[in-house]
Amino acid sequence: MSAVVAEHDEHHEHEHDDHDHGPAKGWLRWIITTNHKDIGTLYLWFALVMFFVGGVMALIIRAELFQPGLSFVEPQFFNSMTTMHALVMIFGGVMPAFVGLANWMIPMMIGAPDMALPRMNNMSFWMLVAGIVLLSSTLFMEGGAPAAGWTMYPPLVLQTGAALPFAIFSVHLLGISSIMGAINIIATIFNMRAPGMTLMRMPMFVWTWVITAFLLIAVMPVFAGAVTMLLTDKFFETSFFDAAGGGDPVLYQHIFWFFGHPEVYILILPTFGLASTIIPVFARKPLFGYSSMVYATAAIAFLSFIVWAHHMFTVGMPLAGELYFMYSTMIIAIPTAVKVFNWTATMWKGAMTFETPMLFSISFVVLFTMGGFTGLMMAIAPSDLQYHDTYFIVAHFHYVLVPSAIFMIMAGGYYWLPKWTGNMYNEKIGQLHFWLSAISVNILFFPQHFLGLAGMPRRIPDYAVQFTDWNMISSIGGFIFGFSQLLFLYIVVDTIRGGTGVKATNEVWDGALQYGGGGTQGLEWTLPSPPPYHTFTEPPVIVPTEYQH
Amino acid sequence: MSTSHGYYIPHKATWPVMVTAGLFCMLAGFASYLNGSSSGATFMLVGFAIFIIMVAGWFTLQASESESGTYNTQVGISFRMGMMWFIFSEVMFFAVFFGTLWYTRNLSVPWLGGEGTGAATKALLWPDYETAWPTNGPAHLGGKIVDGKTSGEFEPMGAFGLPLLNTLLLLSSGVTCTWAHHGLLAKNRDQLIKGLIATVTLGFLFVLCQATEYHEAYTDMGLTLGSGIYGSTFFMLTGFHGFHVCVGAIILSVVLFRSWKGHFKPENHFAFEAAAWYWHFVDVVWLGLFIFVYIM
Repeated sequence: MSAVVAEHDEHHEHEHDDHDHGPAKGWLRWIITTNHKDIGTLYLWFALVMFFVGGVMALIIRAELFQPGLSFVEPQFFNSMTTMHALVMIFGGVMPAFVGLANWMIPMMIGAPDMALPRMNNMSFWMLVAGIVLLSSTLFMEGGAPAAGWTMYPPLVLQTGAALPFAIFSVHLLGISSIMGAINIIATIFNMRAPGMTLMRMPMFVWTWVITAFLLIAVMPVFAGAVTMLLTDKFFETSFFDAAGGGDPVLYQHIFWFFGHPEVYILILPTFGLASTIIPVFARKPLFGYSSMVYATAAIAFLSFIVWAHHMFTVGMPLAGELYFMYSTMIIAIPTAVKVFNWTATMWKGAMTFETPMLFSISFVVLFTMGGFTGLMMAIAPSDLQYHDTYFIVAHFHYVLVPSAIFMIMAGGYYWLPKWTGNMYNEKIGQLHFWLSAISVNILFFPQHFLGLAGMPRRIPDYAVQFTDWNMISSIGGFIFGFSQLLFLYIVVDTIRGGTGVKATNEVWDGALQYGGGGTQGLEWTLPSPPPYHTFTEPPVIVPTEYQH
Repeated sequence: MSTSHGYYIPHKATWPVMVTAGLFCMLAGFASYLNGSSSGATFMLVGFAIFIIMVAGWFTLQASESESGTYNTQVGISFRMGMMWFIFSEVMFFAVFFGTLWYTRNLSVPWLGGEGTGAATKALLWPDYETAWPTNGPAHLGGKIVDGKTSGEFEPMGAFGLPLLNTLLLLSSGVTCTWAHHGLLAKNRDQLIKGLIATVTLGFLFVLCQATEYHEAYTDMGLTLGSGIYGSTFFMLTGFHGFHVCVGAIILSVVLFRSWKGHFKPENHFAFEAAAWYWHFVDVVWLGLFIFVYIM
């Protein structure tokens, strides 16, 4: 069945490639492209570059914190680094990486010829670049880059120098980019599925992305509104966040986290989708509890809108608010536990093999669970009074971002690189990359739990001497982790240039065709590796899993 | 490229990246202007001009593609979904400012006056401040200019003068817009064009009334953006709404121009529908404003 579809498709392509349907010639191809694969590639490269830019900032932070006292950088610049590291990694690294994966994979996974709105797709990418350029330009401005933290709380952030309006407008551009990207993904998934690709047969990556897209459309405008009020407070005499005029600085925190909490799920839901796509393939079993995965994802997304103030337990909310946000936050543990249970159950008694994508996925399940548990600890309002603004928080969210989101992006990269390039990557170096990353990431972040519980505050360039040992260990882990990532860069470049010399088959991974979809085959594995410039111009016929044998 | 089942996939788009360049130039210029740079305003205007020209070019292309029958029903659905979710994002943007109004009126201003958990706040910060709405805050910011200085005195905007007239204008423009749509569906070009002219006229009249209202607020009433939280929420909400009315009226003008040129068929008029949806959205936001900002 699948082979027939693929051949038919290829044949169709060749017929049409004679006209102007190939890519534009030269570098202009990448500027004016509307092709989902080209745009996906642009997003992924952009994210990789930003991953290293943000990584250098992280290493500056870890170098300064290697020992107490001011060793390398000015405190102001240190604060700029913590702020910019976060903004670059979130808006330049993780989000674009997921949008890149969505662009490349969603049309192929649902049997669509391209994204629904290809011109807008091009614009989303260039808006992203414009936003990041605007943000990066602040590094060279009078007064330095924003240094009040990525959350940009007033009144502190209003003391930012020339960088403030640039940072605010960069948020606007990034917001427009994300909203357009999300609208495109929604239109693609709801309007472009091949006949027979019902919603409950979609791969989990597609499911998690459509839910993520709703979150994006709902909250990016909220962030835009919040920073717009910062702008008018600074330059146009308004007093939204100024108590003297009847406003309230805490209002900003409420609005910000109404955006911010769904935002962290924007970073983690596609991560879940990747894990749910990759784990079944290497366990050679269908995903355990597919429909419960879908409902759990939707439940997490819904809950993300009603828990925001757990980020601000110490701000002086009424007791009723503290209680409400504490309990509602804890409820999130239930759908999340459903997911962790399902991943584990998928592996149970599976014929598992441990190629690099699977190694990253398994370590994701373990380390994400740990990050989730520290999240539960912080959800308990009275305990959080102790944890708030300490390194415990830093440890928590890095566990759910680095060995979770970033690891799964890496896993996705290894999983689909052979499909994208047609070449197999070097498995030995891939595994070396995994082990170095998985060990060093724990050396890097695990000690930060101890530091936080012992009372070390976050966002400071200097600290009391009793924190020295764990900070040194953390910094050593940070540098090992940082430099290990060069292996990933090497593998990506090497694979594009031919890799091991082994050509990838259509299916690439044993079991990918059968288990790499949701309620049907993994459609991308029916296509040649690399897939032609246009795929599924003729929609494939979808055969649900239950009829395939 | 058109796929075998007719899904149109455009190639090699130059407009989007140019639109982005225009927007980037405009915002970078605006930011420099706010920082006091002398060339900022020029960059802003140049960027804005680029932005407008490129958007116009892009939309002209879309219009001609639509008229030449390039798009099939499925493409039309994609466009409609795009517009629908764009409007939803706009709803969320306005929700921020409505939320701000609700929060300050019902929570933070009462706390400043000592209600709820605010007893210590009142005692320590502004013991003389009594909760009130409208308010320009405990420091009595802004207000009428007396002897070259702000006095802290301002008058709130009433609901039943120009704002009521504006409500009527906008509501009737919704009716004329629907009337025009009926004309389009009944292939009555005359009704379509007349309806659109009425809608656009009512829209611009609304903007004119609002400009008058703003002028009055600034010159006679001491009500400005600087008049504490009341002035901030009032101008931010009505200002962003007014901006959206302008945009909506411009979109409708383009639709009117296209109707003149004979565009749109009963079965193919996405641009009209999108403009109408947007217009009704702006209408609904106004009703929210009229109730929560002006009346209550």
